[in-house]
Amino acid sequence: MASKTRKKRQGTAVDQAAGQPNGLALQLQVPAKPIHFKQTFETYPAGAYTHEELGLSREDLLAIYRNMLLQRRFEERAAQMYGKQKIGGFLHLYIGEEAVSTGSAWSIKIGHDSVITAYRDHGIALALGMTANECMAELFGKIDGCSRGKGGSMHFFKAEKKFFGGHGIVGGHVPLGVGIAFAHKYREDGGVCLTFFGDGAMGQGVVHEAMNLAALYKLPVVFIIENNQYAMGTAVWRAFANTEFYRYAANYNMPGALVDGMDVFSVIKAVRKYVALAREYQPSVLEIRTYRYRGHSMSDPAKYRTKEELEAKKKEDPIIRLKSYLLQHGLSTNEELDAIDGEVKKEVQASVEFSEKSPYPPLASIYEDVYVQPDYPFLA
Amino acid sequence: MAIMQFREAIRAAMIEEMERDERVFLIGEEVGQYDGAYKVSEGMLKRFGPKRVIDTPISEAGFAGLGIGAALNGLRPIVEFMTFNFSFVAFDQLVNNAAKIRYMSGGQFKIPIVFRGPNGAAGQLAATHSTSTESIYSYFPGLKVVAPSNPDDAKGLLKSAIRDDDPVIFLESELMYGMRGEVNEDPEYLIPLGKARIAREGEDVTIVAHSKSYWIAMEVADRLAAEGYSAEVIDPRTIRPFDFDTVVQSIKKTNRCVIIDESNPFASVSSEVAFQIQQRAFDYLDAPVLRVTAKDTPAPYAKNLIEYYMPSADAAYEACKQVMYVD
Repeated sequence: MASKTRKKRQGTAVDQAAGQPNGLALQLQVPAKPIHFKQTFETYPAGAYTHEELGLSREDLLAIYRNMLLQRRFEERAAQMYGKQKIGGFLHLYIGEEAVSTGSAWSIKIGHDSVITAYRDHGIALALGMTANECMAELFGKIDGCSRGKGGSMHFFKAEKKFFGGHGIVGGHVPLGVGIAFAHKYREDGGVCLTFFGDGAMGQGVVHEAMNLAALYKLPVVFIIENNQYAMGTAVWRAFANTEFYRYAANYNMPGALVDGMDVFSVIKAVRKYVALAREYQPSVLEIRTYRYRGHSMSDPAKYRTKEELEAKKKEDPIIRLKSYLLQHGLSTNEELDAIDGEVKKEVQASVEFSEKSPYPPLASIYEDVYVQPDYPFLA
Repeated sequence: MAIMQFREAIRAAMIEEMERDERVFLIGEEVGQYDGAYKVSEGMLKRFGPKRVIDTPISEAGFAGLGIGAALNGLRPIVEFMTFNFSFVAFDQLVNNAAKIRYMSGGQFKIPIVFRGPNGAAGQLAATHSTSTESIYSYFPGLKVVAPSNPDDAKGLLKSAIRDDDPVIFLESELMYGMRGEVNEDPEYLIPLGKARIAREGEDVTIVAHSKSYWIAMEVADRLAAEGYSAEVIDPRTIRPFDFDTVVQSIKKTNRCVIIDESNPFASVSSEVAFQIQQRAFDYLDAPVLRVTAKDTPAPYAKNLIEYYMPSADAAYEACKQVMYVD
């Protein structure tokens, strides 16, 4: 009886109404023979792709270079400003991981597709085209900040870029990414949601709930695990029985892939492919391996890793890699790239000056943005 | 007007709002094919199809978060919790994401979402299935909390909640789903959030009571009336924002107040209401504000114990007599 039903239902799409999601009948029979389970996961190693095969022009490459450098210089200045106590609270730096944000942003339609991430969010914000001014002003807690001084480092947002934050609870935003994708599909507007989170989030139950829901409902989402090897001070091997995160995709019947996050070309190649799949309502899991050069936050001396490990990783630096590529292929010159660095430094310096001048939020603004209702009766 | 069960009134509100606005959808455990764990959504899958009435796995944090994400991206979800006891595994989603993203984004996003389902004790369900969550969710600025006591209010308030641009926690009750009452059938019948209802006017004592406790208040008012005392019964209907003005106005007339609240007593709705009354109406009070609540324990299973645990009409009656200084 069960096998008959299975035959009949094979190949049908998700059918909630019939109560048989994914077209499967009730599984009552245990086969006599052992079950072999196999899944192939694509890999996107560093150094494997050229700009030509990615269809990137010289101008594209310079823009990508500039964007990664902007993130780096922005955060270097932010660290200085933190030391001067211009920035309060927590400051989590993304330095070393820039190829992930820039490569991802270059693989979507910004403002049409959606992006959500965790608290290490400065990089993706700048990659999506948010200005250094509005980002630095937010770090300074000023009214011209991208969240009007209400969010700080961990909570950058930009509605017009469809950037849904900037979230401080590890893993807590991942189901939001699934819901954002749900709305894209509900409206049939062709949008996808890139949902970023770190290796540490893989320990949170809600991330696995979110993956199951995305796969069950066939939602246009790409889960991007930015595996920078450490959840605060805990190395992945100390926290996970299975550290091959891309393999979790198989548990939810999704494709998964492993990407080298130190090469922006590898990131672009992979994210483009899985964004295209998402547009056909096939969600996926990308594990992008990367490395943060700085501590977890400004108070972290990073004693849980060796200097040798850090120095070795810095040799794979994504910005230096692209610079070498540009020079080796005669696409740019040291002078031109230095000039870009000069421009970026000026832009970042200007953002510091802008943020110094920007006023603090007025005290009355504490009651703004809590509710849409304009006359909400707050308790005094 | 029509006579409807409480569950039918909620269903009518959802159906009307889903017909009015394509962006509204219902998601939760057993809301579709099973027709609702308590038959609130009966027939809705058939009516709206699986795109808009969506069954979920047992995954409260996941589907609550999905709803919030969908609301951030322009939809207007109704998320059903089979009971609000299960909302605790989605607590982070409700109190961090639904309540705070608008604020942390400097007002760039709104989250028009309703989380609804039964709340509080419902007989011998024991401790994990009997929690009154109204004070817990009311604690969080950014959320609104509604707890109707009758079918008509349920319909009018739920329609307002669905149309509200802020996240609303809408608290129902297993024990009230079968309750019948007259319900306004006008599809534009909306009861504003944050407005209390004076259910019964009186001179001698003010009784404040929401949800199931409201019915205890009405019973006590009848008993007092038989003895020649008139109680004013106020159903706040919305817990956050709370209509303190209506309560204070009443106390200026009666000079006495008893609050019935089936929450545990510490840091409960009754705690805050009593505090606000002493702050706003101290000079009008002729007796300390008393409250009748659940016991300061988890909810027990045994029949005699759970009956002892819950606020009773006898206790509320005694409290009213006490604030009126009569035997």
